[in-house]
Amino acid sequence: MEIKAKLIDEVGLKRTITRLAHEIIEHNRGSENIVLIGMRTRGEFLANRIQEKITKIENREPELGILDITLYRDDFRTRLKQPEVSVTNISFDITEKDIILIDDVLYTGRTVRSALDAIMDLGRPNSIQFCVLVDRGHREMPITADYVGKNIPTSINEEVKVKMTEIDNEDAVYLVEVLNDQI
Amino acid sequence: MQVLLKGLRVVNPDQKLDKNSDILIEEGIIKEIGSIDASKCQDAKVLDLQNCVCVPGLYDMHVHLREPGREDKETVVTGSNAAAAGGFTGIACMPNTTPAIDSAEVIKLIAEKSAKHLVEVNPIGAVTNGRKGESLAPMLELADAGAVGFSDDGVAVKTSAILRSALEYSQMIGAPIIEHCEDESMAGGAMNESEISTQLGLPSIATAAEDIIVMRGILLSEYTGGKFHVSHISSSRSVELVREAKQRGLNVTAEVTPHHFTLSDENVKSFDTNFKMNPPLREQKDVDAIIEGLKDGTIDCIASDHAPHALEDKEMEFVYAPNGILGLETQLGLALTELYHTQRLTLEQLIEKLSINPRKILNLSIPQIAEGEKANLTILSPDLEWEVDIKKFKSKSKNSPFHERKLKGKSVAVINNSQLYYEDEFINL
Amino acid sequence: MALSSNHLLGLQDVPKEDIQLILDTATTFREVLERPIKKVPTLQGKTIVNLFFENSTRTRLSFELAQKRLSADTINFAKSGSSAAKGESFKDTVRNIEAMKVDMIVCRHESAGVPKYLTQISDANVINAGDGRHEHPTQALLDMYSIREKIGKLEGLKICIVGDIRNSRVALSNIYGLQAMGATVSVCGPSTMIPREIESLGVKVYHDIDKAMQEHDVLNVLRIQLERKAGILIPSVREYHNYFGITSERIKRNNPNVLIMHPGPINRGVELSSEVADGPFQIILNQVTNGVAIRMAVLYLLGTKPEEA
Repeated sequence: MEIKAKLIDEVGLKRTITRLAHEIIEHNRGSENIVLIGMRTRGEFLANRIQEKITKIENREPELGILDITLYRDDFRTRLKQPEVSVTNISFDITEKDIILIDDVLYTGRTVRSALDAIMDLGRPNSIQFCVLVDRGHREMPITADYVGKNIPTSINEEVKVKMTEIDNEDAVYLVEVLNDQI
Repeated sequence: MQVLLKGLRVVNPDQKLDKNSDILIEEGIIKEIGSIDASKCQDAKVLDLQNCVCVPGLYDMHVHLREPGREDKETVVTGSNAAAAGGFTGIACMPNTTPAIDSAEVIKLIAEKSAKHLVEVNPIGAVTNGRKGESLAPMLELADAGAVGFSDDGVAVKTSAILRSALEYSQMIGAPIIEHCEDESMAGGAMNESEISTQLGLPSIATAAEDIIVMRGILLSEYTGGKFHVSHISSSRSVELVREAKQRGLNVTAEVTPHHFTLSDENVKSFDTNFKMNPPLREQKDVDAIIEGLKDGTIDCIASDHAPHALEDKEMEFVYAPNGILGLETQLGLALTELYHTQRLTLEQLIEKLSINPRKILNLSIPQIAEGEKANLTILSPDLEWEVDIKKFKSKSKNSPFHERKLKGKSVAVINNSQLYYEDEFINL
Repeated sequence: MALSSNHLLGLQDVPKEDIQLILDTATTFREVLERPIKKVPTLQGKTIVNLFFENSTRTRLSFELAQKRLSADTINFAKSGSSAAKGESFKDTVRNIEAMKVDMIVCRHESAGVPKYLTQISDANVINAGDGRHEHPTQALLDMYSIREKIGKLEGLKICIVGDIRNSRVALSNIYGLQAMGATVSVCGPSTMIPREIESLGVKVYHDIDKAMQEHDVLNVLRIQLERKAGILIPSVREYHNYFGITSERIKRNNPNVLIMHPGPINRGVELSSEVADGPFQIILNQVTNGVAIRMAVLYLLGTKPEEA
């Protein structure tokens, strides 16, 4: 793997998160009815930061849940390794809430499709809106993000790598070249 | 027709005979023993038997021929063919057929089927009618028809009272009561009771179940004077009991199967039903006691308990599968490999266990290797290395755990009843 | 991470990592059981047959629920007694079912060794739901999960299995599994119900229930099979209860912190008093709930295992 460019640095990430938080509040006319659901793993950290920002702006903390979509994946039989399954932790009722689903990178759209299935099994929300840090294109599902941090067109042998201090020792988004197609 | 056997070592402990010699046989009688020039017998079939040993024809006193009743598993003829291939010229067949050998008619049937065969078949009659353990079978009539011993094999004689009667009654014939030693109320398991049966969770049979019935037979033999023979001995304690009985001069004898001196209950871990038999494979300490028993003469003979079963019978859940494995075609090879080549028994001792003693127990005459005698011979090659291939077995069934086992020592030819079995062919002499 | 085998035949010689993986995965599924919609699409399209040759309502029910909650298709095949006696051989039965293209087989049979035999005559993943007196791995796994859930760990704990150990596959599987996870296991029961040379498995034998209760953190109490045992292995149910029965009075007197477990079904008044069965010292119903989660975990780990390349 070879780093081709640093697309977002630490400062840039902070600004993007601030903007996303504002957009969410604006679109939903406030934060009373929204709940945040972060998708493991980095989506969870992003969701935490967005929750913090919204709390600062609105002076009230929206509920935050964590979603593990392993059981809803569509690629069990083609994968080379068995995916490790983790716990979903959504301890509040989602009925009639506006869910802001948060992930770090939007690519084929399959992960989001799985997330939609998982959320629908938990109840009937008022709406599901999707917030993503980077949209790198190459959709295979009819999925669009409602809130996008940065649009970064990529080619098939490139990948967008998001690093967050919670587990990666830095805040940054890199564009890397992948030498063989193994995911 | 003449047959010339060249280059043999001829051994018969019963005659105290052990010498290098050729043998010329004519019309089934031994014509000449000594150094014979092949050119003197132009029409003879000459067999070059360098490195082979000629012994009195081997005898297996515990064989299940399944006829009448389960001819799909084996018949008198196919079983006799297996015996010949295994190196045996005589066998005793067990009465747990359907119907049981409890009438002269059944004995006559078996006699008819075996009449023209190289292998001599001696029936063992039932002790009780239908082997039900309730009333004595007509032993005098059975003996007249050809029975050489009596057994309810498959089960022990049901009650001590009946066994006592049988031991008394059979004395008029001088024939042994051959007992499958297993206490009925402790029966029903699928393997030996030990730490392995605990680990495998299989219902099990304690060695004590065998020891009890061995002791019962010994005590009643002592009380009545009757002849008591322990079938397929497997427990170390039973070997001790028989040893003591012999030291007291009692009329008690015992046999052991090849699988009981070769395998142990460790083999059952695979849940392969070819390791399921009754009595079951025991612990290594029992196997060691059996080998000691063979060495010191406590165990008189080796007998296979040849028990053919159809494929669909054995291919079953372990607990439901029937007991028993084939034995005739691997018996000699296993005896030579496990007992002779390991220096536990001498060749003479092995011949006693496989040829002389079984006949003594059944009051049959011991074949003599001498001029003028009927030829009843087994030619074996003690050092021949071979691999067991069940596909080549003459038996109708294939239930043997010894497939692909490498053995050292094999029968090369047998001669009896004016016939020669050699290289897979029966030839009239 | 994946299981090291394509089957779950027992816990003997199963690596600690596999057991750990199953227990951890079960936590996920335990959460699914709390949702309003207790279903995930993970095993959609997979066909699982429950081959029960021995009667069992609860185990079969638990497996069936686990399968349905994973969105798998389930078929049930129940047969009592020897298939040979009824006409079709076991091998033919299995072959026929497999010809209908099933992916996994859950099997219970009264002959030990049958699940192993299944792996030789079938291509499906095989899960042992109890074979003779040999193993019942999912029961032991749910027992371990329940202990871990309540106490927080397994390593270093002292567990005693009480009752008819001789006829118990639950006991054997628990011994293998708990030892692999670092716990100490003992057995307690009348001498006639302790199998030969059980010490060879590294367990201590007790005949005194009070002592056993004092010296252990957990008692896993087994069912006494009344129909079969009274008279031959034990003189009567009354004597068994007086000398081995778990009562509240016994618990309070010996070890009020002891945890009581039972695989079910309970004989009230025999192995446990009604008071104990319904009281605060037991986690019997938790075991039942956890049973579904454990079975979901096992089915998931075997059913989604990638084919070897």
